Amino acid sequence: MTTSTTAQVIPLHRVRERATEPVRRAIPVEAPAPPAADEAPVLPPPDRAGSAAPSGAEDESLPAALGRLLGFLRHRLTGDYSVDEFGFDAELTETLLLPPLRVLYDKWFRVSTHGVPNLPAEGGALLVCNHSGVLPLDSVMTAVAVHDEHPAHRHLRMLGADLLFRTPVLGTLARRSGQTLACNPDAERLLRAGELVGVWPEGFKGVGKPYSARYKLQRFGRGGFVSAALRTGVPIIPCAIVGAEEIYPKLGDIRPLARLLGLPYFPVTPFFPLLGPLGTVPLPTKWHIEFGEPISTGTYEAEAEEDPMLVFNLTDQVRESIQQMLYRRLAQRRDVFRG
Amino acid sequence: MPANIVLVTGVGGELGGRLLARLGNDADLERVIGVDTSPPSRAVQQRMGHAEFVRADIRNPLIAKIITSARVDTVVHASTTCHPAGPGRRMAIKEVNVIGTMRLLAACQRSPLVRKLVVKSTAAVYGASSRSPAVLTEDSELIPASANGYAKDAVEMEGYVRGLSRRRPDITVTMARLVNVIGPDVDTVLARYFALPVVPTVLGFDARIQLLHSADALAVLERATLHDRPGVFNVGADGVLTLSQAIRRAGRVELPVPRAAMPSIGRVLRGARVVDFSSDQVRLLNFGRVVDNTRLKETFGYTPRWSTREAFDDFVQGRGLRPLVDGDRAAGLASAVLTAAATGQTTRR
Repeated sequence: MTTSTTAQVIPLHRVRERATEPVRRAIPVEAPAPPAADEAPVLPPPDRAGSAAPSGAEDESLPAALGRLLGFLRHRLTGDYSVDEFGFDAELTETLLLPPLRVLYDKWFRVSTHGVPNLPAEGGALLVCNHSGVLPLDSVMTAVAVHDEHPAHRHLRMLGADLLFRTPVLGTLARRSGQTLACNPDAERLLRAGELVGVWPEGFKGVGKPYSARYKLQRFGRGGFVSAALRTGVPIIPCAIVGAEEIYPKLGDIRPLARLLGLPYFPVTPFFPLLGPLGTVPLPTKWHIEFGEPISTGTYEAEAEEDPMLVFNLTDQVRESIQQMLYRRLAQRRDVFRG
Repeated sequence: MPANIVLVTGVGGELGGRLLARLGNDADLERVIGVDTSPPSRAVQQRMGHAEFVRADIRNPLIAKIITSARVDTVVHASTTCHPAGPGRRMAIKEVNVIGTMRLLAACQRSPLVRKLVVKSTAAVYGASSRSPAVLTEDSELIPASANGYAKDAVEMEGYVRGLSRRRPDITVTMARLVNVIGPDVDTVLARYFALPVVPTVLGFDARIQLLHSADALAVLERATLHDRPGVFNVGADGVLTLSQAIRRAGRVELPVPRAAMPSIGRVLRGARVVDFSSDQVRLLNFGRVVDNTRLKETFGYTPRWSTREAFDDFVQGRGLRPLVDGDRAAGLASAVLTAAATGQTTRR
């Protein structure tokens, strides 16, 4: 895949890594205190009562979280909320979708994030990640990571396959949570609007890769994401997700069943379909999500996306840097479940 | 070049009739002729100023005679219906849409005096599917949703219009792709749909809906007639509503129906002569469609005055739709119950 002929040495242990980069779970100190609206769980914490409810109609003595919940309920019942042109509903995402995912993020996968300062504070950027896990839980967790760990609580606008938008309920939830179809017009529109866009260019080849091929990056599509970034001049941020590739160890694939159900694959794991619904519980692996150094695309001249060689080289560069981050993280990992 | 003698087709329809009245009161126009098979509504007839109505079918060769003898320089083709409000005869509508357009364009091509053509088209030409981009620009591919729906007719019609502009490059052609029009006093398919007490939706899907207030639709057509604005323009309001949100705002009851059962529901509604629920319509309610109106604002020079939400609220209020479900009261009730559950006592207000 590389253009150079010499063998490449991948430094597996960054010298200063252990010392300077502690697990970055907490928000940096200098960052302003996060607005309580994003952080508070939906249910009222028992020790925090007495603050005024945000919407005036509610009782003064109600806990703030309950007041917020009532406000949300009122907005839903009267249709008084707004969605953007892609169907993204920030209120619904923060109130209803993120809290349960946060439990999975904190308690089940115990996600550690690294390199959050590489995410821009504002403006467009394209996050490119490795894909795995039979069910695309890695993308969902990355969205939680970006929203919760970023000081500005930015929403990651992810690009999904058309299969997702064809599926009832899931397709609608995907749109409400800010996802849209993986196609160049949508990607460029989001990037021009200054959004943080997440893309998983391995697609179904990546998410449905067998257990034996874990952490081996598949082909990166046709490099459409690179041309979108070039056309809009936004940086590409490579992102490595370690831990997601073991949640469902896919040993086999029942092709006829997949064809019958119209799915890209029908996975066989040690527990599924053997244990039925119980087999769909993901293994509680320890996750690391690392955001790498941004790769700038603004320095190329206009019409650079018309040069296929440049697009291919950039695609390979992004792929390479994700692969290196993966290898480095894997070498540092002692245990799949304890990290 | 300013328009002088204007011919408007489809004046028996909602938008066509209003446009005739607007142009008829414009003193700068020497003559305004409205053409349709049925006369405009009484309200239009009372205030159409110096406009004239000629009962003629655009599928008839007579239309060519009218265009040449009246020395028409601007033709406004507003008779195309992509979303018939009520159940109509499918073939009859197709005849007007496709054959009528062909006849009219042939007459325009023949007449050397015609300088401008304004065509009312529809955003349905983009189709609606899980594979279409979230926001469609004028350059997006035209994929009709089905092989034989009204959207297919519109795509064919646009093809004929492109053919004319190729053969007669001296004619200024403006094509306005209108999204679903709504307003307090226009009868459109979505107006009828949201007036149903129980609104059928596709189970598990919540489409994004973009609307256009009838006043804005009219203003765009009028502006295109009076000024030279060549090109194709998406005409849609800013902002988006989701289908469930719109239903909630109108105080209707949502009835989610599996996608497979939608055609039979559509047939029942058609049979009851309530609303024309075509397959295009079902796809729209399934996947939704949003168009980009940047070109309308920047090149055409018109910013819709009503956002989608304002247009919808104006429709709900103007129609006097009585909410079946009072969202405010339901929210109040829910808050009372939750408060009681949380504090262990009922609140007195």
